[in-house]
Amino acid sequence: MKIRTFGYTLKQGFSNIFRNKWFSLASIATISACLFLFGIFYAIVANFQNIVKTAEEGVSVTVYFDEGISDERIAEIGEMIEKRVEVSKVVYVSAEEAWEGFKTEYLGEYADGFTENPLANSMNYQIYLNDVSMQSALVTYLESVEGIRQINKSEVTATMLTGINALIGYISIGIIAILLAVSIFLISNTVTIGISVRKEEINIMKYIGATDFFVRSPFVIEGIIIGLIGAVIPLGAIYLLYHQVIEFVVGRYAMLSQLLNFLPIETIFKVLTPVSVIVGVGIGFLGSITTVRKHLHV
Amino acid sequence: MNIKYLEVNEVRSSNRNKKMTTPVSENEIITLENVSKAYSTGAPALNGVTLHINRGEFVFIVGDSGSGKSTLIKLLLRELTPTEGNIRVMGYDLNKLRHRKIPKFRRNLGIVFQDFRLLKDRNVYENVAFAQRIIETPTKEMKKNVPSILATVGLAGKYKAKPKQLSGGEQQRVALARALVNKPSILLADEPTGNLDPKNSWEIMKLLEEINEAGTTVLVVTHNREIVNAMQKRVVTMKKGVIVSDEEKGGYIDDED
Repeated sequence: MKIRTFGYTLKQGFSNIFRNKWFSLASIATISACLFLFGIFYAIVANFQNIVKTAEEGVSVTVYFDEGISDERIAEIGEMIEKRVEVSKVVYVSAEEAWEGFKTEYLGEYADGFTENPLANSMNYQIYLNDVSMQSALVTYLESVEGIRQINKSEVTATMLTGINALIGYISIGIIAILLAVSIFLISNTVTIGISVRKEEINIMKYIGATDFFVRSPFVIEGIIIGLIGAVIPLGAIYLLYHQVIEFVVGRYAMLSQLLNFLPIETIFKVLTPVSVIVGVGIGFLGSITTVRKHLHV
Repeated sequence: MNIKYLEVNEVRSSNRNKKMTTPVSENEIITLENVSKAYSTGAPALNGVTLHINRGEFVFIVGDSGSGKSTLIKLLLRELTPTEGNIRVMGYDLNKLRHRKIPKFRRNLGIVFQDFRLLKDRNVYENVAFAQRIIETPTKEMKKNVPSILATVGLAGKYKAKPKQLSGGEQQRVALARALVNKPSILLADEPTGNLDPKNSWEIMKLLEEINEAGTTVLVVTHNREIVNAMQKRVVTMKKGVIVSDEEKGGYIDDED
């Protein structure tokens, strides 16, 4: 296609939007609504996953060593554990540190009665994971390591967090699929109406010798533009609303602000902007091209 | 009026696809050999039609409703394909013409309809320029060609007008300008005076005659007895899907049924 023809096609694509302005507006509004819901949903999911991830980072596996184990072997075990893909961080807690922590947490002033460290054999490694779903694999490995006496783990927390993650994933896929299907259906309707309104013009084009590509392109451009506008509007709306909603939540429920760590808008938009634009343009393109192929036998 | 594009037509109409069962003369631009067209319901619309039209001819196709005229035009435009027989237009074997080649074929045809079929939301200039855009004519050339053809059809001063601001005769002139701007080898006019008063009808026919004199082959499907009888051109009369007469300098044959 020559540049001037592309320019003409682009102009016709825009003109189509204005010619069928009410249907175009309806499509833009629906795609905007779908992508707005998607954006809101994504912001909630991203924040929730961030909270879950923060919680996961707090989940650790503790390993205790056999009695009389040498310091060299403890260091060796530490190196072996650090090399594992499941592991994000390994912290060594000496017997003294373990006793100090226990005293502070549970005994307080009653600890003065102890002259020796009752936890002399309780030096350990606290192992933090990259992903809690990998906990059981790590535990299986640790059970096979010589020199490890006991492994403490929180099976319930790990299973629950893994379950929540999976659930969020399934819900996300389901909702996104529904929103996409609705948007494609609506854009397809708009293009179908556009084609029926311009049937005569299309016939004239055919008689004059327009190629299929020449006839179809403006409709595809129209779909893409509708999709693009439909993506930009909700992005703007979410950008304006995000801070206000978080400020409202934090202001209204002060307790939450200490528990929850909200993501900055920039982090949300780093993913949301390209995804919304690609989805908007994609459904515009898909919706229009399938409709044009179905209804325009030129 | 000064229409000079005979050379262009001659260059364009060099035979491109010469496969056909019966040899045709170099001068023939339209050839139908035993062409029949049957629709899924009812009697055949065309039944064993054979027709040879030479380059530069002016031919009237006449006949009552249901005689097969419209089917003939649709076959020539490759809107339909024949059930039987062969059609060759400007060297294209229409029976074998692939779908993607149809636009290129149609660019060598000019077509004018009874109901003008102009784009209502565009002005006269844009309606004519539309045909040039489709064949990707450079803008500079388009800006020369469109005013020139509008002057030829006598609408130079009305290039900004929208179709609804024009009379029927003027709208048909715009349609003619659109059909001619790409310098077609053949002009097909389907009832071009059907919606016009006698004065405008005559003006349009005069224009068609001048276009023909400049070298374009002109086929006019019409019911207009007066015009056919007065113009003394070749007249092909159709009835119930067959050609019942084909006369040089003929007249309109009345239906005796």
